[in-house]
Amino acid sequence: MFSETIELRGHIIDSLILPKVLDQILTHGANFKISEIKIGQKRADQSFARIEVSAETSEALDELILRLRQHGAEVAERADAQLAPAPADGVFPPDFYVMTNQQTFVRIDGKEIEVRPTMMDTAIAVDRKRGAARAVKFFDVHKGDEIVVGHDGVRVVPVQRATSRTDVFQFINTIIDADEPKSAIIRELAEELRRARKTKGKIAVVAGPAIVRTGAGQHLVRLIETGYVDRLFAGNAFAGYDVERALFGTSLGISLDLAFARGGRENLMRAVNAIREAGGIAAAVAKNVLTSGIMHACVRNNVDIVLLGSIRDEGSIPGATMDAIEAQKMMREKLADVTHALLLATIRHSLAVASMLAPTVKLVCVDIDASAVERVVEQQPLQSIGMITDVKPFLRELTDCFDKLQKT
Amino acid sequence: MRELLLCPPDYYGIEYEINPWMSVARAADARIVQEQWKQLHATLSKLDCKVHLIPPQPRLPDMVFTANAGLTVGRKFIPSNFRHKERAGEQPFFAKWMEQQGYEVNWLPEKLFFEGEGDALFGGEVLFCGYKFRSDIQSHRAIAEMIGCLTISVELVDPRFYHLDTCFCPLPDGGAFWFPDAFDEYGQRAIREHVTDLIDVAPEEARHFSCNAVIIEKHIVLPQGAPQLVTKLQERGYRCHELPMTEFIKAGGACKCLTMFMPQREEAVT
Repeated sequence: MFSETIELRGHIIDSLILPKVLDQILTHGANFKISEIKIGQKRADQSFARIEVSAETSEALDELILRLRQHGAEVAERADAQLAPAPADGVFPPDFYVMTNQQTFVRIDGKEIEVRPTMMDTAIAVDRKRGAARAVKFFDVHKGDEIVVGHDGVRVVPVQRATSRTDVFQFINTIIDADEPKSAIIRELAEELRRARKTKGKIAVVAGPAIVRTGAGQHLVRLIETGYVDRLFAGNAFAGYDVERALFGTSLGISLDLAFARGGRENLMRAVNAIREAGGIAAAVAKNVLTSGIMHACVRNNVDIVLLGSIRDEGSIPGATMDAIEAQKMMREKLADVTHALLLATIRHSLAVASMLAPTVKLVCVDIDASAVERVVEQQPLQSIGMITDVKPFLRELTDCFDKLQKT
Repeated sequence: MRELLLCPPDYYGIEYEINPWMSVARAADARIVQEQWKQLHATLSKLDCKVHLIPPQPRLPDMVFTANAGLTVGRKFIPSNFRHKERAGEQPFFAKWMEQQGYEVNWLPEKLFFEGEGDALFGGEVLFCGYKFRSDIQSHRAIAEMIGCLTISVELVDPRFYHLDTCFCPLPDGGAFWFPDAFDEYGQRAIREHVTDLIDVAPEEARHFSCNAVIIEKHIVLPQGAPQLVTKLQERGYRCHELPMTEFIKAGGACKCLTMFMPQREEAVT
């Protein structure tokens, strides 16, 4: 939202100028907040009102303000943002403004510009020539870049809870404990994801290795096949376990079908080697080396796979990003248009993703560890549901709901 | 005794177009102009008032419309800041003349457009002010501060009724006659809240500039062409003097536009 503060002075009550201005703001689809009002006590006393006007676009706001000026509205003077040059590559100037994940505007030369992208734990770099402001991380800043310092001229617009429609995120926004019923919420969530599907929303799944190891992979495959996953974020290990399961029926040597049968790490190493030999996951699917599992379903259903490596990986699968900074950049890029995120059984990956999400994204975090769920949900306090449960029953119920929805 | 300011129409003519009434192709007849203005002068002179004349100036054809010279309250004269450059040249002549008459000239900030009595009329204890086409609403606030009274700002929405005195005429008994369609709904409501007895003027009569009237006690000097309004005013005990104003209406003015009160009010009620 773009906003300006206007001031009205004079006999604005008796002349009905104040109600007229407020009505005009609303009839133009904009909103207002009266931040100050002083009503004259005596007949000839003038009154005063300070009103914050906000509109969807900068053009709509300008046009509205122009109209309101005719009725005596004056735009209140506001300070420009203060800028200071970055002293060295990778270093912000002292007192730099630290951005949140909320929509942020900076005022430069009397005009507000939106900071893009919205990114937590960043500074704001301003390009005066282009009239642009962007969020920058340490690795992104270069000596001499103009960085916003202090708080003047910075305006943050917190996300408002939607009031137009009630959905599961509207009411829940909390954590459902292990011993609480979950079916009704999962049903609502299925409805919400179906709505997202219809309205061209983008659904991201962040998947942890437990999905493969507990045997919940088949449910995730169904979710992918029914078209409810646009992007899959996972670690190198997740992909490794999944292809091991596809090629050898085990994950980290453990068979799902034989109770208490334990094997070594050999199968995992052989599976990774097979994918490397094929030239990557997509190539392995194309060559019929990989014929089942989650990775296979992703390739077959055009799901964007974002694989990230970690220091203790046994061996990377081709296509996994091993450079941490590169990975961060790629994740931001791939999360930019996401509207719904399912973070399933992977605490570190979930925390990383949650910190990069826009505040408008609806988030579901499922993990068996209560403290992990709490930490993730904290990052998205307005629109998140946390569920403390094993991921397998969650995925099974969710896919069952979609099956039922499809039949109705 | 009321004192009035008029300006002989020696240089009057339709030389430019700054309102929907004006058309340079439709000239005013100089002979009829003189006749109509002299009739107004004679009518006002016979009433209980003193008529002053300001010398007309060449190349300022609209100087004849003295109502737009400014606003006079007590011994204070607030000169207009004309919106159109065609009329801006009138300002120094009016200001100098009023100063010579012993009025204290109070200037508005230059950037605020204000067209005098044309957009500022006292009704009861309230100063009604029109805005948008000629005067800025910000000028009303400045005037309220200068003279210290309640001003009701009303938006004018019909370009044919571009000044307040073309569509609103307060009466000395606290009532007024007006053409409501010339105002937006908020302006209409504001006027209704502050004027108890309102006489609506029919559109066909408003077109004859019927609201552009000069009121001296029980006498109302107004243009011809408003029989319904005249009847209503007579029922309220007013004596109406209906004058031909055709040549001035061609420029978008009539009796009131040709007259400025000196002062409009002796003092404002705070």
